[in-house]
Amino acid sequence: MIFNIPYIAVAVLILLGLYALIFKRNLIKMVIGITLIESGVNLFLITLGYRKESIAPIYTSSPGGVMAFPVPQALTLTSIVIGVAVIALMLSLVMHIYRHYGTLDVRKVRRLKE
Amino acid sequence: MTKMSKIVRTIASIAFPFAMIYGLYVIAHGHLTPGGGFQGGAIAASACAMILVAFGSKWTLDKIKEKRLSVFESLGGIGFIAIALLGLVFGAAFFNNFLTGSNFLFGTIPATGSGLADINTGGVLPLMNFAVGLKVIVGLFVIVLVMAYAATSFKEDKK
Amino acid sequence: MSTRNIAAVIVFSIVAVFFIFTALLMHPFGVPDESDMDDYIIDNTQEETGANNGVTAVVFDYRGFDTLGEATVLFTAVAGVIMIFRRLKND
Repeated sequence: MIFNIPYIAVAVLILLGLYALIFKRNLIKMVIGITLIESGVNLFLITLGYRKESIAPIYTSSPGGVMAFPVPQALTLTSIVIGVAVIALMLSLVMHIYRHYGTLDVRKVRRLKE
Repeated sequence: MTKMSKIVRTIASIAFPFAMIYGLYVIAHGHLTPGGGFQGGAIAASACAMILVAFGSKWTLDKIKEKRLSVFESLGGIGFIAIALLGLVFGAAFFNNFLTGSNFLFGTIPATGSGLADINTGGVLPLMNFAVGLKVIVGLFVIVLVMAYAATSFKEDKK
Repeated sequence: MSTRNIAAVIVFSIVAVFFIFTALLMHPFGVPDESDMDDYIIDNTQEETGANNGVTAVVFDYRGFDTLGEATVLFTAVAGVIMIFRRLKND
């Protein structure tokens, strides 16, 4: 059970992100929550692909031995770049919202006038 | 973003070539060492972002033509798809690695198991690394540039 | 504290307990269940793609379609950011 500490770290990261998403009213903090969830998912993928005492799947002057799984690492790489794109789009929308409404509070953004 | 002080500008212009060359090194050795197109592109894009922070978005937009950035990004994307389509023409399928074992560019097959790095291996992987690296450099830099410029004009509107 | 907040706290606690227990009940860290696909890729990377780096071989050769979709996503994000701020400039 004590060997599951990485999984517990994943759960804590995702729960922190969910907490920020549910209880915070500031849009920037909500974006931070989404990035926390994304980091948790990335860490989970990497963790699933690890074998005990394994090395990175690279043959150039490698010391030899068991290698970690390459497929989860490659998909995490994809996921990280997609995360950067999504964060850029979200922050742009947040900037647009701030310019339009003059506030970042989601309760005040809800009004429909203008 | 406005211009920062002279100390910051000098240090940024000294550090820029080193960061850029390191990013290009990571891209070029993507099939041998940890790294690749995405990671090296992110390093090089952050070098460009450092210049942007030090010199301000107005100065950077004056120096760089928007059309040229668009051309570079399209070149990266089209190069990536074109290499994949060449796999369809010369090999068996889309994304086929047709250069491996062809005794042409990047055609050598390395000895199995742990060994020293040979840059002339990998088939189409180095070419795809370059295409994706170009795309990532320009894409991330354009995102940062446009957001910085929008923030600047927003601040001026408020005054 | 409104009813809404109380409901949110209850739902969040349930999800938190679920997550922590799932993390505790997962298979032990470092001992994956199935590894056939990854073992094949690790064994044949050098012969089939000629690259020493297994991750790059997966990204650009074995799973090239994923990378194509990802490049599309990056392009779409750049286009979306530029579109948003161009509209903002015209206001």
